Order: sequence, then C-alpha cells, then structure tokens
Amino acid sequence: MYLYEIRDILDAEVITGKSRMDREVDFAFGADLMSDVLAFVNERTVLLTGLTNPQVIRTAEMMDLAAIIYVRGKRPDAASLKLAEENGMTIMCTPYTLYTTSGILYNAGLKGIDELGVIK
Amino acid sequence: MSQKDMVSLNYRVNAEDFAKAGDASSNTKKVLKKLGIPSDITRRAAVVTYEAEMNIIIHSNGGEIIVNIDTTKIQIIARDYGPGIPDIDKAMQKGYSTASDHVREMGFGAGMGLPNMKRCSDEFEIESKKGEGTTVTSIIHIPD
Repeated sequence: MYLYEIRDILDAEVITGKSRMDREVDFAFGADLMSDVLAFVNERTVLLTGLTNPQVIRTAEMMDLAAIIYVRGKRPDAASLKLAEENGMTIMCTPYTLYTTSGILYNAGLKGIDELGVIK
Repeated sequence: MSQKDMVSLNYRVNAEDFAKAGDASSNTKKVLKKLGIPSDITRRAAVVTYEAEMNIIIHSNGGEIIVNIDTTKIQIIARDYGPGIPDIDKAMQKGYSTASDHVREMGFGAGMGLPNMKRCSDEFEIESKKGEGTTVTSIIHIPD
C-alpha cells in the first residue's frame, strides 16, 4: 500500500516528507513501546503510535521505517519534527484512535507483521 | 574499504542525557551506510548501539560506546561506570526491567533491551561488577 493511499483512508494530515508519499509499505505495527518496535519490525512497515517524543523518530530511523502515523490527533513535539525532517521521514497525523486506525488499514489490505512469523 | 582498513568510533554517553539519546547510534548508522555495509547488517548494528545507548543513559552513571568496523565484522563495546547489574540472568529475561515510570513513559523500560541486543548479535557478552560497571560486547559478522 502506498503512503498516499494511507493518507487518504485515514483522513491524515501529512506533516513532514510530503514529497515521499509514493513509498510503498507491506505492514503496519502499532506500539507505544519502542523496544517492541526494535524487536519485531522491518523497513517496509509503517509505525502507528500515540507517543510523541523524539525517541520514536530515533527508533524509526534505526529501523529504516518509511513513515510514522500519530493516532488520536496527537502531534509530535518540535524536537521530533526536526529529527524527522533531517532523516527524510514521512510523518502523518490521523484523528482516529489506534484501534480504529489499525482496523481501517487492515480492512484495506495492510497486514500486521504476524504474517512474518516474528512474534513468538 | 581495503583489507587493512579499520574504522573506529568512540562516543561519550552521559547518564540521563535524554536530549541527546540516539545521537551516537544515529552517527554510527550513518557511518555504516557510508561504508556500504549491507542494510540488514547496518540495521542490526543500529539496534544494538541504540539499545546500548539507551541503557547507559537510563541505568548507568555514564559511559561510552566504541564501534570498531573492519571488512569482516562490526564490534560494538558499550562500557559504563556503574552501578553494575546485580543479576545478569534476570536482566536477560524478556520483560524484566528496573526502569522508572519516567523512562517507561518514553517508550522504554519494557525489558527488551538486552534480549534485543543479543538477538541482533552473532557474538554477545556481558561483564558486570557491582559498584564498578558493566561492559557489553557485541559482534556482528559482515558476510562476504
């Protein structure tokens, strides 16, 4: 699924990385625990989170994640935005809650990383 | 990189310096990318370095991260000045953590740090002495 499709179905506002909306992702992962992201995720994954500090961007940077979607109307802080810009990362904000966001994406065909058999 | 070339990086990491958390790992990752190390290897090294950096910031009195890169491997040494890990077996258990609520609010302290580091390493070793400090050494092989 392309990032621009995700933007459209989530009624999301794109905050950084507007020029990189043609990147494609295969999976989504929802978490506020960054160590879980570091444990399970691969680069063709979009991260859904409600956590707005710079460690989220750092975590995404380490894992080469394509995009971060902040749920339930949350917006990342200024330090996060600066880091995201520096790393060419796409950041979107959706008004939907984590559960609803996940449901919309799953329904549209974007699967979870469970498919990869990485969760034991 | 020619056979005899070796790149060595050294970062000082201060206790509770959350503002700079991730700087050492981010720099390391950029260097590995520049050297043309495969992206999956780079990512594993980035996870090890980042978890090590967070560990030093969260749990220690400060320390350093040394990254040695040659044509065959990446060696990451994370060394701190105490207080040491009382029970390494416990610390290696998934889900075990002594982190504060403040740290958990930042998305860490899930008890996955050391297990994550081990999983991403080909060789992994922890040495810790109470009152003196902890040294974690990780080696990741670079395939031909």
